[in-house]
Amino acid sequence: MAENIFLEVVTPSKAVVSEEAQIVVAPGSEGEFGVLKGHTTFLTSLKLGSLRYKDSSGQERVVFVSGGFAEVLPNKVTVLAESAERRKDIDVDRAKRAKDRAEKRLSSGSADIDFVRAEAALRRAIHRLSIKGVA
Amino acid sequence: MATLKEVKTKISSVKKTKQITSAMKMVATSRLRGAQESMEAFKPYASKFAEVLGSIAGKAGEEASPLLVPKEEVKKVSVILCTSDRGLCGGFNVNLIEKADKFIKNNLAGKEVSLTCFGKKGRDWAKKVPMAIDDQYIGVVGGKFDFSVASTSGQKLINRFLEGAVDEVYLVYSHFKSMARQEPVIKQLLPIPSLDEMAKNDAAPEAGKDAAYLAEHICEPSSDVLLGEMLPKNIFIQIYDALLQTSTSEHGARMKAMENATKACQDMIGELKTIFNKRRQSGITSDLMDIVGGAEALKG
Repeated sequence: MAENIFLEVVTPSKAVVSEEAQIVVAPGSEGEFGVLKGHTTFLTSLKLGSLRYKDSSGQERVVFVSGGFAEVLPNKVTVLAESAERRKDIDVDRAKRAKDRAEKRLSSGSADIDFVRAEAALRRAIHRLSIKGVA
Repeated sequence: MATLKEVKTKISSVKKTKQITSAMKMVATSRLRGAQESMEAFKPYASKFAEVLGSIAGKAGEEASPLLVPKEEVKKVSVILCTSDRGLCGGFNVNLIEKADKFIKNNLAGKEVSLTCFGKKGRDWAKKVPMAIDDQYIGVVGGKFDFSVASTSGQKLINRFLEGAVDEVYLVYSHFKSMARQEPVIKQLLPIPSLDEMAKNDAAPEAGKDAAYLAEHICEPSSDVLLGEMLPKNIFIQIYDALLQTSTSEHGARMKAMENATKACQDMIGELKTIFNKRRQSGITSDLMDIVGGAEALKG
């Protein structure tokens, strides 16, 4: 059994994950990548998606990340995300509301809305729901 | 001269004021704690980000991002002014506004200045001067807010900078030094001051040891692209940090102001009580004199 790597997921408001993991799989902007202990130092941006890892007991965990950056060191992975939530902390109602809101805004077709933002909000909401297995 | 009754009314009104100020102090104290906690919670993110940014900043050139390039001619300047929404916090807002005002008058004379206001007090001032207001965000400072406020407002400024609607952006906020000390600070946001400086600033003692092997990072996508993505984020981080600091400072300043006010009320009550007692005694004395005088007169 390989040794564990330390995983840290931090957002501006709190540290979401800070524990040992057997393996970490993250949604890099150039493609998903997996990290085991002893990985070479590596820096990448992340896209919206789910970060998956196996904790020290072998339990599979999923964390939603809104995109950000990941720094990989031989014994540590640090993920900097603007927002991140563990699967169990995802608020389904809130995500549903956000989805409705974003859809409405996009379909309203008025010129003064920020399409990029609305679309990003929609994608976040959809992904949150899909992690929960709702959508 | 105030009558006994007037003094009494005055005492009770000062007492009520004191109750209010001491209650406000308690509220400010608990809010201060909350604000300090969110400041603490933000630290790991900010310091890690700065560390990574500093390490790749050393490798990339100025062409990595248009945000790094100073405009040839600076005509339009935008100032982000962070103040509180509410008063009763001593000289807090006045200090911030004065700092901004002086800076605009001394350093930005002859340039077209527009403001982005966080907080009602700063906005009210800008309206009175009057000064152009690009955006205003009320109900942020001093309350609960998250990172999206900073990224929304930051993105707007970045867009304006890229479009050429604005040539320089400055940030005025209150740096929270300690419970008792808050200091107005001015920071240049855009164009981003040189990368070397950033790399130096961020190479704090702890980051220093990592920087050595960080230099060998494989970057994906290339370090220039990464840097281009990180720089706007860094602006958001600075704005968010400024908002957190200003909020914490506001509560700190209010706590101090209310503590002083409570103390002043206490002193005033003491003084008024002395006056009240003197007045009462002199009343009794004169009454006694009357009685004694009357009794003497009766004796004949």
